[in-house]
Amino acid sequence: MDTIDGVIWVALGSVLGGTARFWLSGLVARRVGETFPWGTVVVNVSGAFLLGILAASAATHGIFADLRPWQFAAIGILGTYTTVSSFSLQTLALARDGEMMRAAGNIVLSLSLCLLAVAAGFAAGLHAFG
Amino acid sequence: MQDNFSPNAPADKQVENNPLRPPRRSIWWQAFWDKTGSYISVALGSMVGAVARFLVSVLSVSEFGDRFPWGTLFVNVTGSLVIGFYAALTGPDGRVFVSPRQRLFVMVGFCGGYTTFSAFSLETLRLVQSGNIQTALAYIFVSIMTWLISVWAGHALGARVNRL
Repeated sequence: MDTIDGVIWVALGSVLGGTARFWLSGLVARRVGETFPWGTVVVNVSGAFLLGILAASAATHGIFADLRPWQFAAIGILGTYTTVSSFSLQTLALARDGEMMRAAGNIVLSLSLCLLAVAAGFAAGLHAFG
Repeated sequence: MQDNFSPNAPADKQVENNPLRPPRRSIWWQAFWDKTGSYISVALGSMVGAVARFLVSVLSVSEFGDRFPWGTLFVNVTGSLVIGFYAALTGPDGRVFVSPRQRLFVMVGFCGGYTTFSAFSLETLRLVQSGNIQTALAYIFVSIMTWLISVWAGHALGARVNRL
């Protein structure tokens, strides 16, 4: 029963996260062009930053320490908002086009910025909630 | 470089320019409906993908515990495999023809919602915070290698099926 409740909260959040990713990555791609997958980078980095904030709230016994808000916002919205599959496919596409520097750049940039963003979000959250 | 990821594919242009078939609906309404359909496809696919990811993580924690994020690694690897396979199979050179909305449902919706970069980032941070630096580095290295190998293998498999 507990898992079924969780499924509902995750499903509700995923609708927001999925459509937000589609909207923002499309917007960024149209604005800056598609020679480099900036849309996916922007989505993943901003999602990691926001998840860091939620994790800080959970760590300081804020609202996201509760199961349902966490399932809705962290697993549902932000889990769906960010994506590995598009990142992988776009890296492969760059490599197949012979754009090895861009493919390597996408890997290094995505990994380093997302890890920095989640740490920065966590620190900012601790500062705000702690 | 990328496939039809863009939300506003100009599908209504042909109808609009065809003198034999005047549009029944006004253009703004058609554009609106086209966009809404894309968003609904993405939303439904996202829902299926996210629920699958959630169930995998529940199962993974109950089977293997939460010392290492096996659930997230599993969804990201299998999601990369699926998107590579499907992209090759339904792409311009693919043998399976699907509508743009079906591609949105599977690739942007399902695969996008099933995989997650934010959980990967947070789990790495938590490993670092708990002092497991080596496990964190191993998680990063194993993740990036297996994601890329999977998408490559999926794409190669799809291309092979195309040649059958």
